[in-house]
Formats: sequence, C-alpha cells, structure tokens
Amino acid sequence: MNAPDAACAPSYVPRPPSRYIVSQKSNLKLMRGNTVVGEAAVRAGCTCYFGYPITPQNQLPEYMSRRLTEVEGGIFIQSESELSAINMVLGASVAGARVMTSSSSPGISLKQEGISFLCGCELPAVIVNMVRGGPGLGNISPAQSDYFQATRGGGHGDYRVVVLAPASCQEVADLTMEAFDIADYYRNPVLILADGMLGQMMEPVTFENYSPREIPEKDYILDGAKNRPSRINRSLILNPQMMEEHNWKLVRKYKTIERNETRYEEFMMDDAKLAVVAYGTAARIAKGAVKRARSDGMRVGLIRPISLWPFPSDIIRKRASKTDLFFVFEMSTGQMVDDVRLALEGRSEVYFHGRPGGIISTPVEVLRIISRQYYQKELGK
Amino acid sequence: MHYCPGCGHSIVTKLIAEVIEEMNMADRTVCIPPAGCAVLTYNYLDVDTSEAAHGRACAVATGIKRVLPDRLVFTYQGDGDMAAIGTAETIHAANRGECFTTIFMNNAVYGMTGGQMAPTTLVGQKTTTSPFGRSVQKEGSPIPISEMIAILNGAVYIERTTVTSVAAVRNTKRAIKKAFTVQMDKLGFTLVEVLSPCPTNWKMTPLKACTWIEEEMTGTYPLGVLKDETAGAPGREAANAD
Repeated sequence: MNAPDAACAPSYVPRPPSRYIVSQKSNLKLMRGNTVVGEAAVRAGCTCYFGYPITPQNQLPEYMSRRLTEVEGGIFIQSESELSAINMVLGASVAGARVMTSSSSPGISLKQEGISFLCGCELPAVIVNMVRGGPGLGNISPAQSDYFQATRGGGHGDYRVVVLAPASCQEVADLTMEAFDIADYYRNPVLILADGMLGQMMEPVTFENYSPREIPEKDYILDGAKNRPSRINRSLILNPQMMEEHNWKLVRKYKTIERNETRYEEFMMDDAKLAVVAYGTAARIAKGAVKRARSDGMRVGLIRPISLWPFPSDIIRKRASKTDLFFVFEMSTGQMVDDVRLALEGRSEVYFHGRPGGIISTPVEVLRIISRQYYQKELGK
Repeated sequence: MHYCPGCGHSIVTKLIAEVIEEMNMADRTVCIPPAGCAVLTYNYLDVDTSEAAHGRACAVATGIKRVLPDRLVFTYQGDGDMAAIGTAETIHAANRGECFTTIFMNNAVYGMTGGQMAPTTLVGQKTTTSPFGRSVQKEGSPIPISEMIAILNGAVYIERTTVTSVAAVRNTKRAIKKAFTVQMDKLGFTLVEVLSPCPTNWKMTPLKACTWIEEEMTGTYPLGVLKDETAGAPGREAANAD
C-alpha cells in the first residue's frame, strides 16, 4: 500500500476513537451496531470507505470519516451518489485495497449496477445494508424486506453475492471482519444484511474473535504493468464461447462457496416438533418466543440461517424427518419463506408469519402464533 | 481493428500510446475506458486497463488514483459518458480536484449504439433519435461540458482540440502530454476534449467529416485552452500544507 496522497490527507488533527466505552475489567467495548461495523472493518484491514448518507446507517460513514484518518493509506470519500460510491469501491478494489461501502435499502437499490459489475469482474468488496422499510422511500424503521434483492441479485446477470445476516452486535463484529476474508478469498462481493435495529442498538463487543484467513495472492490488481505483462479488468466479453465459459466459471465458484461458507445456528432443535426459521433481528425475537414456549412444555426449536446465500437448505431438509412444522418468521411479508419451501421440497408443512417494515413483532406475539399452531396441529402428542 | 474508417478513436489512442511511451510511464499507467466505442481501447493500449460501467469512469478512476496516487491514471470517455449518464461522476471528480486525466472524445452522437442523439449533438443535427434535427425547444441546447467543468476550482487544465489535420493531431498530442504531466505534478483535475469524426454515424466520408468538424462543430465547441491554472500553480500538496 502506498502512502496516502497529500491531496487526500486530512487538514485537521485526527482525534482518537472515542465513540465507544471500554470496560475497565474486560476487553469488551459498548458500541452501537453501525460503529461496530466500522471498527471491525478497520481491524480487518479495510483502508477505503466510499458512501452516501442515508438513515439509519449514518453513524457508520461518520465513524469511518474519522477512523480512517488514523489508518496508513486510509481513504474516506463522501461520494455524490450511491452509484458513484459503489464504482469508487470497484476502482479501489481493482487497485488492491480492502474496501467497504454501506447504505440502506433505497441506496442499495442504486448500488446494484456496481454490484453486478463487481461480480462480473470478480472483484472483492464488503457492502453493508442496514435495511429499512420499503418499497420506495418507505421509512427508517427496521425491516427485512430486501431479502429477495440481496439473495437473488438486484442487478443484471447470473451472479451471487455472499449474504451474511448477523443477529447481535458481537456477530456484526465477527461477520464484518470475516466478510473481508471471504470477499478476498473468492474474489466476490460480500453483503452484510442487517437492519435499522441492529445498526442502532448498543451492546458490548470484542474484536478478538477474528483469525485472518490465508488469502491467495492478488494476481489481478491493476497498479501499472511493472515487471509483468499488462492486465485487463473487464466483464465485457464479446466472444460468445468465452462469455459462456466465464459464466460457467462463476457458477463453479458459487458451488464452492455453497460447500464452504454455509452458516446457521440451531437452538433447541434436538427434539423439536415445530421449528421456527428466522434470521437477524427476527431471530432474536423468535429465540425469546422459543424459550417461553419451551418453558410452557412445547417441543419447539429455532433454525437461524446466518448465511442467507448460500442458504442452509441441507439442515432444514435434514430436520424435516422429525420436525412436523416449519414456522417461518420474518420482518417482511414473506421472502425467505420461499427458500425454506425450496429446501423442504414438500417434505414438511410450512407456516409463515411476518409483518412488513414499520412494526416489529414482539416475542409474545410470536409465542401466541407458535402456541396456536402447535396445539391446532396436535404436535404435543 | 474495431474502429470504422475515418474514426478519431484510432488516432487518439495512438497519440495516448506515444505520450505514455515518451513519458516512460507504460509500467505505471492505469487506463479506464467505460462503455461505448471507447471501451475497445484495451485492445490497443498495452497498459493496465479497467473497464467501468457506462458513465462511471470518473468514480472508478477516483478509487484507483486515491489508492495509487503515484500512478498515471486516465479515463477515456465518449460524450454520452461525459455529458449524459456520467455527468455527476465527472463534475464531482473534477470538483474534488482528483488528480487524474479525462480524455473526452466528443463526436456529438452515441457511436457504438448506432448514432443516437447525444447531449452534445448540434442544433439541427440529424441522428437516429432526432430524425428531423435536434431542436432547442424539444431537446435543449448542446451541453458545453468542458466549459462547465472549467469553472470548478478542482479543474486546473482543460483544452479542446481536434484531429482533422496533421497540425491538429500534433496539437492534440501536445495537449494530452501536458495533461498527463500536470496530473503527475498532482496539480488537480485535467481534461482534454477532442472533437472527433464519426463518419459512419454522420453518414459522411472521412474527409467530409473533418470539414464538418471545422465548419460546424467548432462553432458550438470552440477550440483552444479553456482553463490553464498550471503555470505557477502551487499544486494541491502545497495548498493543503497551508
């Protein structure tokens, strides 16, 4: 990494990070979810951030604007648009830097063009979506209604983005740091899909869970063809045969990612007759409901997908032999439920409950539905 | 060879190659050509090259140049890129004073997509999407994008040239070399606009196309230096040190 250009150097004296409270007794820090992303990114070696303000994730670019002045080669640009930000990300990535951008739902829609190009060019980047209510401008309350866009690809072409969905500030830290390694390892964008609630809540976190992966040498970087032939970074492939081969190559990479990077958590699933399937903030709510259902004597468990793509289809299919009902709970009108149905291939019944952006279900509400389904279907017998 | 007979791209691409060679920068250069005929440049320039989405070249160049501040970075864009889909990226990169160069190929039409109207199309000029000639009332006036950029503080050197004669070609080469030199001196954003013939989409012979540039295009887009704040300029490093 080169020294920062004087043109980019700050004209003020940077202040030390002071936006979190450090416990005197442990290495835990009390931090807001949005700033956890920023600190985790810096600790994972991210030197570049490009973004455009949008609520409810603004603490993240604000944090990076200060924090990156303390990093050698650190670059922060508040871009003129989300389109520009994601293309600055592409430039920094092809120049070899670890780079991140973040936004919330409408802003992520604008970044889709760039995400498609990052995938087509096989360039690593970490993209954060603190989801808010939609469609359109919607509102700034937490939601999970960007699941389709995240897992299916909101941009054009046959591509996949690794999607990681944390459910706590600690997991935000752990997954953000690992996201950079996954992105570099596979040369593919990784999306952190959280929501306004995770972005705004404060919890104690540690950044010591991260053990960096060994990353292959970046033999695609454009930094001037010194002592090597020149390189071209492109997704434009005019030759039809080469175009097809490029896409099959991407498919082979996605299969490898599916094998290696599928993540989930199971909670009280050993004897569960009813499995709640939920991710992120919804999974936190669901876990509270599952604990209460257990204390009421119901054999209920939770499957929490942590990677939304690749989706943990195998474990859901495997549980179908002993679990009679899969209850999908989302903060949307039903998107991940499609993946659960595809995973089950009709082996078990699926029930959906969700509320779109604006209102967040309580554990009591979810417990009420669990109880009704559990006893109506006579799962206790 | 991808370019049509009489096209300006092949001339300007060669000029860029000559300048890079003369500056001995071939192993420290990154070129960013986005969509359109300009993207084909990577078939002819033996330097590190990254494509960009249509209009996004200045954003991609910003990312590259900020990470690699001692490399020669330039975008190679058509008028659709510069003056339509990428207006925001271009203006804001110039305004930030990003130290890269934009080579702006202005042929007043969308070339690769088949000769549709561009923001730079002349009043009265017929294209496939302005078949009765561009009208100010309906389509607005041609956008003088270089003049617009010239008023921004971050832009330090902007010149408009053409390649319609041997002298004009030599002049364009001089302008490109100056822009690259100014860039490496980290003085700010540099831009060379080249009025370039597109005989195929203008439905003219190459010679007639050159005459049309000299007689018609230069009326709307006058040749010459639009801005030069490089002489005695303190440079951004010095400015930031104050």
